[in-house]
Amino acid sequence: MKSKLLPLIGGAIALIAMGTAAHAGTLDDVKKKGFLQCGVNTGLPGFGNPDSTGKYTGFDVDYCRAVSAAIFGDPDKVKYTPLDGTERFPALQSGEVDLLVRNTTWTMSRDTTLGFTFAGVNYYDGEGFMVRKSAKIEHVKDLDGATICVQGGTDTVTGLADYFKKNNLKYTPLVIDKLADVNAAYDNGRCDALTTDRSGLAANRLQMKTPDDHVILPEIISQEPLGPVVRNNDVQWFQIVKWVSNALLDAEFLGVTQANVDDQLKSQDSSVQRLLGVGDNDFGKSIGLDAKWAYNIVKGVGNYGDIYEKNLGLKTPMQLARGLNAQWNQGGLQYGIPIL
Amino acid sequence: MAVADAGRMSSSRDLWYNNPTIRSIVAQIVLVVLVVGTVAWLANNTVTNLHERGIASGFAFLGQRAGFDMVTFLPTNSESTYGFMLLAGLLDTIVVSALAIVIATIFGLIVGIARLSSNWLIRTIATLYVEILRNIPPLLVILFWYLAVIAALPNIRDAIQIGPLSLSNRGFFMPKPIFGDNFIETAIGFVVALAVAWGFRRWARARQMATGKILPVGSISLGIIVVITGIIFVATGDPLTFEMPVKNRFNVSGGWDLPPEFATMFLALGVYTASFIAEIVRSGIMAVSHGQTEAARALGLRNGPVLRLVVMPQALRVIIPPLASEYLNITKNSSLALAVGFADLVAVGNNVLNPTGQSIEVVAIWMAFYLGLSVVISVAMNWFNARIALTER
Repeated sequence: MKSKLLPLIGGAIALIAMGTAAHAGTLDDVKKKGFLQCGVNTGLPGFGNPDSTGKYTGFDVDYCRAVSAAIFGDPDKVKYTPLDGTERFPALQSGEVDLLVRNTTWTMSRDTTLGFTFAGVNYYDGEGFMVRKSAKIEHVKDLDGATICVQGGTDTVTGLADYFKKNNLKYTPLVIDKLADVNAAYDNGRCDALTTDRSGLAANRLQMKTPDDHVILPEIISQEPLGPVVRNNDVQWFQIVKWVSNALLDAEFLGVTQANVDDQLKSQDSSVQRLLGVGDNDFGKSIGLDAKWAYNIVKGVGNYGDIYEKNLGLKTPMQLARGLNAQWNQGGLQYGIPIL
Repeated sequence: MAVADAGRMSSSRDLWYNNPTIRSIVAQIVLVVLVVGTVAWLANNTVTNLHERGIASGFAFLGQRAGFDMVTFLPTNSESTYGFMLLAGLLDTIVVSALAIVIATIFGLIVGIARLSSNWLIRTIATLYVEILRNIPPLLVILFWYLAVIAALPNIRDAIQIGPLSLSNRGFFMPKPIFGDNFIETAIGFVVALAVAWGFRRWARARQMATGKILPVGSISLGIIVVITGIIFVATGDPLTFEMPVKNRFNVSGGWDLPPEFATMFLALGVYTASFIAEIVRSGIMAVSHGQTEAARALGLRNGPVLRLVVMPQALRVIIPPLASEYLNITKNSSLALAVGFADLVAVGNNVLNPTGQSIEVVAIWMAFYLGLSVVISVAMNWFNARIALTER
C-alpha cells in the first residue's frame, strides 16, 4: 500500500490543502515552468509506454507532444507522469498534471461530476476479450462460468458486469489493480479470459509468453471513446487541447503530413493556409498561441494519420487497422472541426 | 526565616499566570482552538475547491448502485450499493487478518521456541526462517506466494484430485456440508458437551489442588465432547449431507472453495509476520530468569511442563505488548491484497473511487475503517495484557 497509494493520497491531500487561488491560467503556468506535465499510462504498448531508455512513446504520448509543439514550437518539452487507473483522476483534479492522455474513456459521469472536460476523441474503442486458442472459445457467450481477469479502477469492470448480466451469463471476476499483474494472472492460467479495451488487448497480447497462443474474440461489448482530458475550470486551456486534436485531424484530411508540411506552406488551398498560419492567417491568437501553432504540431509530431501509423498501424507490432478511427470520408468516425 | 521564605513564594505564586492549574487550562484551550481552527479551515477550503471545480462531494454515493462485480465473502453483485461493497471489503479485510493472525501466532510461537532449542539443526532452521523472512518486504513475500507457489499449481484440467478434494491454480475445492433440519440438536448437544467438559476440568483441577492427583484432563474432555455430540448426531438421523464440487467447462462449481488470492494473503501475511513474532517470543522467554527454569527442574518437572507452567506465563507479560503491534501490522499489511486481486477494503475502495471520483471520501472511509479495526485490536490486547499482568499482593 505504501508506495502504491502515495500518489492517490497525495492527490487527495492536495485537493484538501490547495489554495483557492490555484485555478485557471494553465497556459501561463505551463509557459512559466517551461514544460507540459502530461499524465500517461504506466505501460501500455502503442499508447503510452517507456522504451528501453526510459523515454515515453506511443499514440497518447504523441498527443502530449503535439500540445507541447503547439505551445513551445518544440514537441519534447513534456514531462510525463505515469498513472494507473485509480491514480489518474486525483492527479488531474489536484493539478499534479496539466493534461491527461491515458486511454481514458469519455463517460457522462467523468465529464460532469469529476470536474473534467474531455477535449475530443482520439481513439474510438470498445471492450473486448482475449482467450487462449486451445480453449476453443469463439464468442463471448461461450464464456458462461468462466473466470475473467480485469483491471480494477477502470470502467471495463462495469462494462463486463453489464454485459454478463444482460446476457444472463455467470462469471467469476478477478479484479487486479496493476495491468502487468492482470496480464501475468491471465498468462499463468489463473483466468480463462482477459478483458479490456480492444486496443489494449492488442497491446497485452504482445506481452504474453507466446502471443500466438491467444486470440481476440470478435465481439465488442461496449462503446469506449478514448480521449484527452483537462480540468473544467480553464476554458482557454480546454480550447488549446481541443484545437490541437482538431488540427491533427484537419492536417490529415487536408493531406498535410510531417513529410510534406514545408512544401504545403506554398499551397494555394486556403484551408491549408489557415491551418498553417500562412499569410495573415492567425488562428493561434484566439487560443493564446503563435500563428504557426499547427505548423509546429505537424512538423514536430505529424498529423493524426502519421501518429496512428507510427504507433498503432499495420506496420507496428500492434497491427491495428484504422477501422472506426479512419477519417470520415474513408469509412471511419474521425472528423476534424474546420479551422475557419 | 522559613516563614518569610514561604510568604515570598506564595506571593509570586498568586500571580495567575504562575498558577499551574490555570496555565494548563489556558494551554489546552489554545491547543483546541488551533486544532479545531486548522481542521475547519482545511474542511472549508476543500469544500470551496471541490465546489468551484464542479467535483461532486459528500457521502450520498454510498447509496448508489455499484455496477461492478467482485468476489467477496458477503453475497455482493453489481446491484449492490457502493456502501455495501465497502462493507464487504471491510469484512474481507477482517477475515483475512484474523486468519493471518492465527497462523502468525502459531508459527511464531513454534519458531520462537525452536530458536532456543538445544538441537543445532532445529535452532539453525528457525534462525534462517526468521532472518530471511523478516528482511524481505511483505509485498515481495505476497508476490512470491502468489506467483511462485500458487501459480505453480496445475491447471484446472490437470487438477490434483484426492477423493472429493481438488487442488489447482483456481483454488482448493472441497465438499460443502449441508446442514439438515435436525442439525440444530447436534449443535445444542455440542454446546452442552462443551459445558460438561468445562465442568469436568474445574472439578479435576480442584481435585488436583486437594489431593495432588493428576487426571489426563485433555483426552477425557475430548472424549466427552466427541461422545455426547456423536450420540446425538447419530440419534437424530445423520442430519448432515455434502454438496460435492463439480467440474464444468471452465471452473469447479458447488462445494466450498478456497480462492488462491485469499489463500495467498493469509498464508503470506501469516508466515511473514511469524518471523517477527518468533523474535518477540524468544525475547519473552529469555526475559524469564534462568533460576525459574532451574527451580522447576529441581521440582522434577519435565521440559514440556516447565515451558507451559513456569516459563510461558511469565514470558507472556513481556510478549503481549509487542505482539499487539504485530497484530496491527497484519491488519494494515492486508491492504497489499491489491496486488493479487483479493477484494479487501482497499481493492474495493479503488473500484468505488473510479466511477464516483470521490477520492477524499473514499480515503477518509479507508482511514476510519483501519483506525476502527486497530482500536478494536488494541483494546482487546490491552484487556488481555491486564489479565495476565503480575498481580502483586
